[in-house]
Amino acid sequence: MKCQQCNKTATFHITELTKGKPQELHLCEEHARHYLTQSDDEPAVAPNLAGVLAQQLSVGQTAEELARLDQRMCPVCGITFYEFRNQGRLGCPHDYVCFESELEPLIVNIHGETEHVGKKPANYPEGTEHLTQLIRLRREMGAAVDEEDYERASQLRDEIRTIEEAAHKKNG
Amino acid sequence: MNALDLSELARTSGEWLRGSGPESDIVISSRIRLARNLAEFPFITRASQADRTQIESVLRERILAIQESGELEYVNVNELHGIDRQFLVERQLISREHAESEGARGVAINRNEQVSLMINEEDHLRIQVMHSGLDLEAAWEQIDHIDSLMAEKVAFAFHPKLGYLTACPTNVGTGLRVSVMLHLPALVLTQQIDKAFRALQKISLAVRGLYGEGSQAMGDFYQISNQITLGKSEISVIKQVGDVVPRLIEWERTAREFLVKESHENLHDKVARAYGILRTAQTISSEETMHLLSSVRMGVNLGLISDLQIPLLNELFIHTQPAHLQKLRGVELDTADRNIERARYLRRHLNKDNGDGESAN
Repeated sequence: MKCQQCNKTATFHITELTKGKPQELHLCEEHARHYLTQSDDEPAVAPNLAGVLAQQLSVGQTAEELARLDQRMCPVCGITFYEFRNQGRLGCPHDYVCFESELEPLIVNIHGETEHVGKKPANYPEGTEHLTQLIRLRREMGAAVDEEDYERASQLRDEIRTIEEAAHKKNG
Repeated sequence: MNALDLSELARTSGEWLRGSGPESDIVISSRIRLARNLAEFPFITRASQADRTQIESVLRERILAIQESGELEYVNVNELHGIDRQFLVERQLISREHAESEGARGVAINRNEQVSLMINEEDHLRIQVMHSGLDLEAAWEQIDHIDSLMAEKVAFAFHPKLGYLTACPTNVGTGLRVSVMLHLPALVLTQQIDKAFRALQKISLAVRGLYGEGSQAMGDFYQISNQITLGKSEISVIKQVGDVVPRLIEWERTAREFLVKESHENLHDKVARAYGILRTAQTISSEETMHLLSSVRMGVNLGLISDLQIPLLNELFIHTQPAHLQKLRGVELDTADRNIERARYLRRHLNKDNGDGESAN
């Protein structure tokens, strides 16, 4: 196993108990010493997205697992997990659904919670996932037209219309 | 459509600089923003030019439809000159990121500059409400109302478990950022400011400079804001920030009292010299101006300077910024000329022996 801070072999395996939740650290000798000599008075580092991600992904995952994970792609917007890791921005609302298990530890790390409390949109308390699917359906319809597959295109058009009409009714 | 005359705007200042509201000697402004995205479009990084244009038009039309009094003015940011974009950044009406990005985007602003709605920033829509002094509850009521009106006709991306979905997972949930801008010169002078920040970071609050993310704390202005947006209701986040501010205010007041008591001559000297330089300099940088205005502002609040009002000082902090100077003067100026113009502007507004005092107009 590699050190989480550099490429050397991790020889120190530290389990930190913060707020009752065990957190595993795998470090080489040099970084372990640095880590252990840090005083509590040093400014607490605010959670940094890239740092948190790198840490999440390097714990308990092999290079192959990481590579496979990186290639996963959202069927709605086409972003890969690798692209998200690089730029720190998601591509569409559906990413929260299709990368759910990868994002959850990250979200816990940032917010300490996994469930929303607070305001909901009056029209869509049950969520808007079906509307986000319109992104994919519209793209697929365009592709079907380009390929002159008009039967498929008209199916997709009907599907799109059904969703859009329901939304219009809702929004008055 | 560009009904808003920015040059006219330059001669005035926003409501949030009024210098009124609770605790306004130390609290400059209370700001709340909400991040929202349309469910039917990709987030900005994956949006095509056509998507952005459509997002811009859907949101612009909805914004212009919700206003009962017709007081929101829409500015097409993509068509603005660099100086005008910078000008809106200096007034805190758009973010630096919004000014510097590309493609279809805009901002709707109300006349007193309390409300701004940015389209196609990091998220499709960023609503912001800014009030003078410590006034978070009223700001929340106002922004909550605007958000609800917007959501009557457009569908914001929402997930039953995760809440409002945002381009960056750091905003998911409420999409809420509550920030209070404080003037803390005595904590800086007594070298207690780092201690204060560490205490804030321990309770997950962030500290930034005047112009937000990554900006340096110019003129001893600091913004305190929440970082957590998931698992806490809007009200409880507002309460958390609102509860910590009075303690910072008290800390700053104690530091001021200490300075007055322990080193009154030194403090008075520092304030008087700062005032002297600002009234007489012939060329002066933006940085030095901020630094000296900070001392003068504290001096006024401590009664060491009696012929100046806080609203004028608040305004000078903004009006001496690069884009403002150029808009007020009506010409583009390079750095050296700006420094001369800044000194002239300060002399004109701080030397009032000739008559009943020039106003900012």
